[in-house]
Amino acid sequence: MRTSDQTLDDILNLAATHFKVPREKLTPDGDFFKTLGIDSLQALDLLTRLEHHFNVELPDYELQGVSDFRTLASRIQARL
Amino acid sequence: MNKFKGQALSWELKDGVVEVRLHREPCNEIGSRTLEELEKFVAALDGASHDTHALILYSTLKSGFCAGADLRELYQRSQQMNRADAAKGVRHFLERVHRVMNTIDASPLTTIAAVHGVTFGGGFELALVCDLIIADKMARFCFPELRLGLIPGFGGIPRLKRDLGNGVVRDLLLTGRSFNATKAQAVGLVSQVVAEGEALEVARATAAQLKKFDRRTAIAAKQFIKPIPYEELRREIDIFCDLFTGPAVEAGLKKFVESTDAQPYLP
Repeated sequence: MRTSDQTLDDILNLAATHFKVPREKLTPDGDFFKTLGIDSLQALDLLTRLEHHFNVELPDYELQGVSDFRTLASRIQARL
Repeated sequence: MNKFKGQALSWELKDGVVEVRLHREPCNEIGSRTLEELEKFVAALDGASHDTHALILYSTLKSGFCAGADLRELYQRSQQMNRADAAKGVRHFLERVHRVMNTIDASPLTTIAAVHGVTFGGGFELALVCDLIIADKMARFCFPELRLGLIPGFGGIPRLKRDLGNGVVRDLLLTGRSFNATKAQAVGLVSQVVAEGEALEVARATAAQLKKFDRRTAIAAKQFIKPIPYEELRREIDIFCDLFTGPAVEAGLKKFVESTDAQPYLP
C-alpha cells in the first residue's frame, strides 16, 4: 500500500518533470498554480496525468478550490 | 471541396479523405465565425465526389479539440439586446448549428473525430456526431453547461443517449465532471485511446482501412446502426431556449466571462 508521503512525492516529481520546474522549488504546501505557473487548462492536463499515473478517477469538483500539493495528494490517496 | 483555408477551420481532400482542421485560438470556441465556416464545409460536403470515403476532424491547437460554444460572444451579444430578442437569436444560432451537426452525422462518409486535450461542451457535441472517436490519452470530455443554468444545446444529450447507457449520460450531465480518455473508452464513447500526439496518425490509418470496403455497404451499415434522433434534437433546442431566458443563465455567463479564477474550466 502506497503511503501518503509516497503519493505526495510522486505528485511533486511528476509536476516538476512535466512542467519543467526544478523539483526543489516545489513544496507540499505550495500553491501549484503559482509555483508551476499554470492556468486552468494546464491544471486539467495535470489532473489527467495524475489519473493515469495513479490509475484513479478524480472528479474535477473534488479539486475545486484545491491549490496545494498536500491536499491534492490526500484526495488521490483517498481513491487508491 | 478540394481545399479551403478559413479563419477558424480549414479542410483538404486527399486520397479520398477529407481532413478538417480546427484552428481558432484559444481553443476552437464555436461562435459565429466558426459556424459560418462549418456551414461552408457542410455545403461543400454535399458535393464530395464518389471517391471520397472518410472525414477526419481534428484540432491543430495544443489546448485541445474544442472548448465548446463561444461563451464570450454569446454573453456580449445577449447584452446588446433585450431578453426576447436574445432568445430568438439563440434559437436561430442553435438551429444553424443543428443543421451542420445533423449533416455531418448523416454524411455518407465514415467520420472520425481525432481528439486531444479539452473536448468540452459544444466540442464534445461535435465529436459525438462522428462515427468514431479516436482519443489522445490526454483528452478530457465534459458537459459543463449546468453551471451556466443550461443544458448542452448542440445535440449532445440525444446523441449521448443514442451511444451510451443512461447512467453515464446522467453522470456526465448532472455532475458536470470531466472524463479522461480511458474512462471514455471504458463507457463506450471512444473507440481507440492512443499515445500523446498520435490521434491524427491513428485516424489516418483508420481512414486508410475504411477505403478497402464497398462504399454502398458502408453507407447502408451506418444508416442502420446510427439513427439520428431528430425528435429529441428538436426538444433539446426548445428546452435550451426555455432555460436561456431564465436569470441563472445571465448570471452564469457573466460569472464565466468575468472570471479571474484560476479554474474557470472546472465545474
